[in-house]
Amino acid sequence: MEFLTLLQVLDSSVRLATPLLFACLAGLFSERAGIFDIGLEGKMLAAAFFSAAFAAVSGSVWIGLLAGIGASMVLSLIHGLASITFRGNQLISGVAINFLASGLTVLIAQDWFQQGGRTPSLSGGARFNEITLPFADTLRDVAYLGPIYSDLISGHTALVYVAFLTVPLTWYVLFRTRFGLRLRAVGENPAAVDTAGISVIRLRFTAVLICGVLCGLAGAYLATGLQAGFVREMSSGRGYIALAALIFAKWRPWYALWACLLFGFLQALSLRPDAVTALVQVRVPGQFLDALPYILTVVILAGFVGKATPPRAGGEPYVKER
Amino acid sequence: MSFIKTALGSAAALAVLAGAALAEPALMYDLGGKFDKSFNEAAYNGAQRWAEETGESYQEIEVTAEAQRVQFATRLAEAGYNPIVVLGFQNAATVEEVAPKYPDTKFAIIDVSWLDIPNLQQISFAEHEGSYLVGMLAAMASKSGTVGFIGGMDVPLIRHFACGYAQGAKAVNPDINVVANMTGTTPAAWNDPVKGGELTKGQISQGADVVYAAAGGTGVGVLQAAADGNILSIGVDSNQNYLHPGKVLTSMLKRVDNAVYDVFKNGVDGFEPGVMTMGLDNDGVGYALDEYNEALITDEMKAAVDDAKAKIIAGDIEVVSYYANDSCPALDF
Repeated sequence: MEFLTLLQVLDSSVRLATPLLFACLAGLFSERAGIFDIGLEGKMLAAAFFSAAFAAVSGSVWIGLLAGIGASMVLSLIHGLASITFRGNQLISGVAINFLASGLTVLIAQDWFQQGGRTPSLSGGARFNEITLPFADTLRDVAYLGPIYSDLISGHTALVYVAFLTVPLTWYVLFRTRFGLRLRAVGENPAAVDTAGISVIRLRFTAVLICGVLCGLAGAYLATGLQAGFVREMSSGRGYIALAALIFAKWRPWYALWACLLFGFLQALSLRPDAVTALVQVRVPGQFLDALPYILTVVILAGFVGKATPPRAGGEPYVKER
Repeated sequence: MSFIKTALGSAAALAVLAGAALAEPALMYDLGGKFDKSFNEAAYNGAQRWAEETGESYQEIEVTAEAQRVQFATRLAEAGYNPIVVLGFQNAATVEEVAPKYPDTKFAIIDVSWLDIPNLQQISFAEHEGSYLVGMLAAMASKSGTVGFIGGMDVPLIRHFACGYAQGAKAVNPDINVVANMTGTTPAAWNDPVKGGELTKGQISQGADVVYAAAGGTGVGVLQAAADGNILSIGVDSNQNYLHPGKVLTSMLKRVDNAVYDVFKNGVDGFEPGVMTMGLDNDGVGYALDEYNEALITDEMKAAVDDAKAKIIAGDIEVVSYYANDSCPALDF
């Protein structure tokens, strides 16, 4: 593969990995606190719609972003209410959220905009525009490093940089703060946390709300960063790929970064069959590349590459006394 | 309040279907949705035109999942709607199952031509001829010598579009490089604008400066990415020139609206079973020219395309159909 082609594929990988990364970290917070979240997909979709709708009406992408995060947090609260307060089945609640988001977004979009379940196209300040980092143009001519800086690192929308900064932040919060220690403990042994006099309920709700914020960012990025408007079902299964990435990453922030970049890279490769064919001299079906993230996850789950151990108390509602 | 009305309305839609017993016509949309700004929306416009002209009403229903196809078609027939227009080649199996059970109901299906059922009218379009014309326009507008094609789901129909497009482009410039990508292999490929946008960016980096999207809802993302990347795009089915004025070179028109309008207008009495082909000769396909793209199409381009159109109708130019032997002389998939 030529250097420039590789750079373009990597550039595309970064864009495609960003929503996965947000959603994956969202799942990380939730699942580390012991709440499984199948509803990442639905929250992303709801956030995508509300961010696009509010951005279209107000003309400001920031208002859209807030609306998207808000919508996603509301769904998170529903998930929390069902699975923490009422101790319902977390998987069922998550699936319900996916259905709810899939139907409600189209219904509300049709009611507000009468465009068949989509929002008007966004332009100007109603969407995230690409940011050119300082010196990107002057450094372009430097061999190798120049194009890497000006094409690959510079020229993305603001949320891409936010996503990458969220990784160290997540690591710091989870592994270097008292809150993080408690959050991880509540996913492993909630009874111990309760004995120490810390509210399990409050901790789990906090985790689920953080999950909502991050899913909101993922959805807003889809509708106002990558695309300019909402189209129904536009999350197209990215929430599920993020869940696969979370398992692939063994519930760790830095691994999550690499897992999402890998999955994004595979998606980007499947968009450039010409480059793949030139590289391996054999025609690789795009479907194979699309399926690879799932195949890799199954391989990991089967225990071929290390062992993925989920948080021990994951999926179980906490009951204080029997 | 209007929100609640919409909610109740959609919940009640099926209940209404079961009750009505008038001989109204009905229209069943395919996946992709009624307002896809493309194929389904064209059908909606045709039905709407009929309703406005005659003052009568029609029933419509939107398929949102594979499992609903037979169920919905059966309900329409059961409720006495007649004629029933079903959209999309993916419904071929649907009418094959439902139509024989209701011999008194007239069915029409768009994009299918290979069935043999007495109460079925099959309307197919010569998409390769229309695509040939926009392929010529693309090649004439391209400065880089590379043009792109982005399809929705990888099915013979979409390859049929791509094949005509490539032949048209190569007729203008035999050395032109045609880059073709499909969005996916499942029906989700009709509704993935994000992937469509990334595919477009990929084609731009391969040098394409005109991209043709035959991808339903995914095409919205293609046209957007093309406008953002400052290259030209070509819309499909409906006239999409207005979506990004000055950035959409033209649209390949597939007059699904005329087909639906005709079936509705002919009604039960004027129903003609069999296969009908809509091509360049009867304005079933064509290219769009309006105030949004008139600056992009020069007089020479228009003259060349109109000349080719006349020659295709007269039989002097033969545009090879992908269906003829499941391969394309101008493009490898």
